[in-house]
Amino acid sequence: MASIWQYANPRKFMETTDKVLPALTVLAAAVVVVGLVWGFFFTPDDYKQGSTVKIIFIHVPAAIMATGAWFMMLAASLIWLIRRHHVSALAARAAAPVGMTFTLIGLFTGAIWGQPMWGTWWEWDPRLTSFLVLFLFYIGYIALWEAIENPDAAADLTSVLCLVGSVFAFLSRYAVYFWNQGLHQGSSISMDKEEHLADAYSNPLWVCLIGFGLLFVVLVLGRTRTEIRARRIKALEARERMA
Amino acid sequence: MIALLKRDLALAVRAGGGFGLGLAFFLIVTILVPFGVGPDSGVLEIIAPGILWVGALLACLLSLDRIFALDFEDGSLDLLATAPIPLEGVVAMKAVAHWLTTGLPLVLAAPVLGTLLHLPLPAYVWLMASLAIGTPALSMIGAFGAALTVGLKRGGLLLSLLVLPLYVPTLIFGAETVKRGAEGLATGTPALMLAGITLASCALLPFAAAGALRVNLR
Repeated sequence: MASIWQYANPRKFMETTDKVLPALTVLAAAVVVVGLVWGFFFTPDDYKQGSTVKIIFIHVPAAIMATGAWFMMLAASLIWLIRRHHVSALAARAAAPVGMTFTLIGLFTGAIWGQPMWGTWWEWDPRLTSFLVLFLFYIGYIALWEAIENPDAAADLTSVLCLVGSVFAFLSRYAVYFWNQGLHQGSSISMDKEEHLADAYSNPLWVCLIGFGLLFVVLVLGRTRTEIRARRIKALEARERMA
Repeated sequence: MIALLKRDLALAVRAGGGFGLGLAFFLIVTILVPFGVGPDSGVLEIIAPGILWVGALLACLLSLDRIFALDFEDGSLDLLATAPIPLEGVVAMKAVAHWLTTGLPLVLAAPVLGTLLHLPLPAYVWLMASLAIGTPALSMIGAFGAALTVGLKRGGLLLSLLVLPLYVPTLIFGAETVKRGAEGLATGTPALMLAGITLASCALLPFAAAGALRVNLR
């Protein structure tokens, strides 16, 4: 019977992604382009913010994927610790720089929007601050991967760091609310009708969200393939030295 | 476990153990701040709680890599790992020893440094209380970070990169307690949160740290 665990076999994983990835790449690019073009050129200007409001189509998806990437790493780390599937550990490693980049995009687009709207590039607002802390967690996680030579030990230690880091990142997120009141607006995507964006904006935003999500999947799959290949080259080199 | 604690304390206090180094560092950081921001007592009064907490945090960080590094190098960590006491207990005892030699002196020295920074009078008791309940968390989180990086050659810098983000909640609640104390507000909420972080760290992190140590020792 087919189960998700068969993709834990690196060969099966490579075979499947080899077939799926090109189509997925095209799809991700198409959805992102459609979403951004729709958002940038076919939505009305906001009556207060003018056209600066349209940065939301990059800012919100990037921010959501930045936290989403960390959750994906957490899940992959757990799978590695429990079931010892190497593909899972490598996927967590592959996702970290992507997540970090999304975090940076979120921070920078926020600053670009904040300058004309709030009159400041940076404010120690809870959301902004917790994102900066998330960025620090990404740096530490990647640095630990880079520092350890033994791949299994690196996978183990980074997984433990990811678990503990998740708890503390979560804690920081609520601690900063305690420490400073917010300037950032409420959620853009919300069940609460009052808080939710107007439909004219939220429809292209949904497209952008799906596009960024696909983009994340494509990047992580591609990077995981690279990691698997790098691991294979190392094994071949080791075998050659032995011979 | 008591014997281990006594051994670690003796090693830390006697020559070459680096005892007092963290304390001296705390003193220097606190003295440097007025040079940086100017001697205006109004300014110092406002930033004193934050400076004292950041100083304590950095002083704690300074001695973290000593928790396991020396024992790792001379092989006694391997002996401890195969000893009949659980590795989690070893980690906890190491963290306690670190706290007794670094955290506790900071708590006792903090009021003196508070005077230098014109800390308002009602804040002193909260400064000592918040450091007393907050620094054990710093030691325990630090022991976890030290366990992660123990096998690495240049682990020191990486250790601070890993540990400092983990210190964020402790710092926020610790400094907030002192700040509220200085302004005469109710300090119960941040102080309880701080105690919660310390207790949860002491309860859970020994397991994570021992897990990391086992990986590094295999």
